[in-house]
Amino acid sequence: MKAIEAINVTKVYPNGVVANRNVNFSATVGEIHAVVGENGAGKTTLMKILFGMEKPTSGEIRIFEKPVQLNSPHDAIAMGVGMVHQHFMLVPSFTVAENIMLGIEPRKNLFSLDFKRMEQIINEYARKMNFELPIWEKVMDLPVGVKQRVEIMKALIRGAKILILDEPSSVLTPQEVNELFVVLKNLSQQGITIIFITHKLSEVKQIADRITIMREGRVVGTYRNEELSESQIVELMIGRKFEYDISRVKAVPGEPLLVVKNLNYFREDGAHILKNLSFSLRSGEILAIAGLEGNGQKELVEILTGLREKASGEMLVDGKNVLGAKPWELRQLGISHIPDDRIEVGSALDMSVAENMISDRYDHPPFSGRVIYRKRSVVEFAKKLIKEFSVRVKSPTTLVRMLSGGNMQKVVVARELTNEPKIVIANQPTHGIDVASSEFIRKKLLQMRDEGKGVLLISTDLQEVLQIADRILVLYKGEIVAHLQNENLTETDLGFYMLGAKRQSQEELKELLVL
Amino acid sequence: MKRSLALLEIVRMTLTILIALLIGYIFLLFSTKDVGEAFKWFLYGPLSNQRRFVEFLNNSVPLIMTGLALSLVFQAKVFNIGAEGCLFFGGFGAMLVALKFPQVSFLHLVVTLFSAALFGAAWAFVPAVLKAKWKASELVSSLMMNYIAYLLVLFLVNNYFRDKAAGALVSYRFPQTAWLATLTRYRLNSGFFIALSVAVLIGFILYFTKYGYQIRVVGANKKFGFYTGINVVLTTFWVQLLAGALAGLAGGIELTAMYRRFVWQSLPGYGFDGIIVAILARNNPFLVIPSALFIAYLRVGANIMSRMTGLAPEVVIVIQSVMILLVTAEALLERFKKRIVEREAMKGE
Repeated sequence: MKAIEAINVTKVYPNGVVANRNVNFSATVGEIHAVVGENGAGKTTLMKILFGMEKPTSGEIRIFEKPVQLNSPHDAIAMGVGMVHQHFMLVPSFTVAENIMLGIEPRKNLFSLDFKRMEQIINEYARKMNFELPIWEKVMDLPVGVKQRVEIMKALIRGAKILILDEPSSVLTPQEVNELFVVLKNLSQQGITIIFITHKLSEVKQIADRITIMREGRVVGTYRNEELSESQIVELMIGRKFEYDISRVKAVPGEPLLVVKNLNYFREDGAHILKNLSFSLRSGEILAIAGLEGNGQKELVEILTGLREKASGEMLVDGKNVLGAKPWELRQLGISHIPDDRIEVGSALDMSVAENMISDRYDHPPFSGRVIYRKRSVVEFAKKLIKEFSVRVKSPTTLVRMLSGGNMQKVVVARELTNEPKIVIANQPTHGIDVASSEFIRKKLLQMRDEGKGVLLISTDLQEVLQIADRILVLYKGEIVAHLQNENLTETDLGFYMLGAKRQSQEELKELLVL
Repeated sequence: MKRSLALLEIVRMTLTILIALLIGYIFLLFSTKDVGEAFKWFLYGPLSNQRRFVEFLNNSVPLIMTGLALSLVFQAKVFNIGAEGCLFFGGFGAMLVALKFPQVSFLHLVVTLFSAALFGAAWAFVPAVLKAKWKASELVSSLMMNYIAYLLVLFLVNNYFRDKAAGALVSYRFPQTAWLATLTRYRLNSGFFIALSVAVLIGFILYFTKYGYQIRVVGANKKFGFYTGINVVLTTFWVQLLAGALAGLAGGIELTAMYRRFVWQSLPGYGFDGIIVAILARNNPFLVIPSALFIAYLRVGANIMSRMTGLAPEVVIVIQSVMILLVTAEALLERFKKRIVEREAMKGE
């Protein structure tokens, strides 16, 4: 029997983006169904439609073979659909039990909750599903993997028979991913239908029964797991043969360009976010800072680029301490910055591609004279960059808002790599963009390295780190817990450090500055 | 698609104006028997003779200036609505120089107008500094500054510059060297041409200079501006000062050309009307001209209607308000927009 079905669904967003074109999709009861595709292929939109968060422009949804009209997630939940979002929807200061029962709490009377009954209900469910949960711990104290299980439980207890997970593994370490898969297998044996979005193909092969592949808003096809190999999936996803041909010659590092000494940062609420960081970045190398999201990377990058103030320690560029300098002063020193948020920070959506490409050099020739802004030379320059960085856009005067994520990121990268930087700070440079653009950007970063620039790569994507970094630092709870040369490393090796399960001794870490 | 969207925008504007007029008409129905006559004067009044036409143009002068001031700050997404106070204080600055400066022809007038702009900028300086130094909301502080300007200037004018020989609470008359000329026998404010040139100048600054680029980036996304190396705080600071100067100049022009005394006993409201002008113009300095003319036309039309029929001119306030509501109502005709977008998006099939 089919658990959930989308028939001929089309979705056009108000900005004219066609996210889904005549999509047909179905999942049968009790299967684990992976939906794969590049970013912007329409996976998330399809899931949002199935969960009632977006209304389709045309087409039909059926749940348990009954046509339904979903006006909001409430309707979907009532029909047994649950969704676990990429970013958790939990109240951090509440306990696990309170979060799970939020809105459906059993009560003793009008004013007090029945905590005993809560525990009973949750335990009963947990036992049935083979789950373990620290019921009375506060959510904010839990590791990400457990938070995710809380989310799953939240959906199940509301009667979900169909569970949609949006990139469930993207926030997890390899170890946590394995635990998640055990849970999912269990659930499917209980007759729960699981649909999950991902772009990690090894996981798809490992767990999915069937695979639906999407590309450019269309469904390319649905296949049984055994029918396809990983490389076949990739080909279907991107619509052509694809070979990851990022080859890396050995780095020839030179002088240190950026030296960080004893960097400490306390957040306004007193939390010690960065603890005594010391490292140096040399010319001609890519130094990666790996770690799970939220271990201080964001703060570190903002401090190094002048966006965040009030850190203590030293940041030496050309031997001068520039900690606390303004962004424009740091840019003059040749520090460029690819931010992790291309929409909020990296671009002005309502300005043209051309105007976005010169925002860091608009005030001098050839873009401006003493006073006059020369629009024509801006557009000429943009045309050149668009070609060089193969940005897919109709004209340089198109608004950045109209671009896909990958092309938007290329606009940011084009700007940041072409102002003759000495140091490139790249924060999640390929986060959430398509394979081809990712490959392009990684190659560009390698090219920068080979030209003798220093590249500081901050990334949670281990594949990316292992692919292009020369040295790797692992950041865990604001501390550097490992310093590794990128030779014969695996994701699992890094995973132990990222989870805090392993750390190098002070002696091993000492060499960081001496280099 | 661009063309059909632009067309939709024009249809939207026209529809907005028509609906507003219709509602105005309905209001008139309640207040007079001869609606046709009243409405005729309202719509056609400003064109009915030369004197009225000049009145209409004169009315637009301060509106263009304050409209420019506000579109400038709005472009930078700064919500300083202190144009009213700046205009009032600028008028005071003009009066000071007009009365105290040696009466050298031409130079006297130039210094008078310069002083008006300077006083306007000085008044805008306060919320601008509060914002830059302590992140005080410019909306609140600039609004408060309007009332401070009002009471402070009234106090000074009534106590130190009041012309006791005049029949009303006004300042001494400005000497002739500080007069801004009026043209033709219907007294066309020559400040009209100043306003037009200032509009072109501001438009030029905004779209064709690097400072304008800076302002637009800051307005488009402050975080992006800071990240990419623009001194956002400094930019918003200067923008407010420049806007204050424009509003102050508006006050100076109005007094030196139209009244030749400091005559205001209450806030004249041009600063607030400037908000409407800027919104209608979508903060585009070039569009401020037609936008201000349009508002002035409504105003003068209402006045003429009132004179000819004895109806209260307040009906124009209703029409204006309805229009603002509809102009800011993004969702008006949204369905059509959606359909155009959808059709265009599916064309590639």
